[in-house]
Amino acid sequence: MEPFRSTRGGGVKAVLAAAEASLLRSLVSQIMDLIEPEAARATDLDELEALLTAPAAETPSDPVLARLLPDGYRDDPDAAGEFRKYTELALRAAKHENAQMMLDSLPEEGGKLQLTPDQAQAWLRALNDVRLALGTKLGVSEDFEEQWDGLAQKDPRRTAFEVYAWLGAVQESLVRALW
Amino acid sequence: MSVAPAEVDLPRSADKPTPDKPWVTIVWNDPINLMDYVTYVFQHVFGYPKKKAEKLMLDVHHKGKAVVASGVREAMEHNVEVLHGYGLWATVHQD
Repeated sequence: MEPFRSTRGGGVKAVLAAAEASLLRSLVSQIMDLIEPEAARATDLDELEALLTAPAAETPSDPVLARLLPDGYRDDPDAAGEFRKYTELALRAAKHENAQMMLDSLPEEGGKLQLTPDQAQAWLRALNDVRLALGTKLGVSEDFEEQWDGLAQKDPRRTAFEVYAWLGAVQESLVRALW
Repeated sequence: MSVAPAEVDLPRSADKPTPDKPWVTIVWNDPINLMDYVTYVFQHVFGYPKKKAEKLMLDVHHKGKAVVASGVREAMEHNVEVLHGYGLWATVHQD
């Protein structure tokens, strides 16, 4: 990959290998499946009804979902539940939309990637959601490189750590190009 | 056509008289978000100059958390919603 660079007008550009584009597509699609709001399939009226009658929402039991959709209050389950009840659906929808924008702008076979400022912002957030999901699954610490080094050569998680490190480099280059 | 009610603000718990404790937005340290990314988000979301955003990011990193904004409860809840959109681990708190 050629790292992100800023372009005139506040956008960014990069060059992706075919395998890199395909990897990103697969990871972002998984996030979309995970955060798809269930109520998106309901009608608007059902949603309104649900909002009016639903009890305060609970923190997701899946640690990855809990990291993507965190509590808005700490040590106050009632306030956290109320906050979640009114915000979680919109947060899921926003994350879904960012991921969709990232998918739509990914070149099918890799190659040149050119993003408008809006697309770059969507990438920034969607890429970060992918890193949060993978990092949470791997249980990474701030010294993730030591964790990675400590794995046996045959450990299947080595590849996931490699992907995680690569995603960090991509994100870093995107942030620097946007600054 | 109908006339909209004059009152546009939803009655909320924050409208109840509460002691004079300010509400704050806290960002907690986590091992995944990149330091540069967190600084960028503070600049972008709050309009803070880079120096202030960097100091807050380092506070989060070294002290485990930092108060990144204070004000009325609704504004702090809005901040937390926006920060969750960026994947930061943020909460509302009454000091």
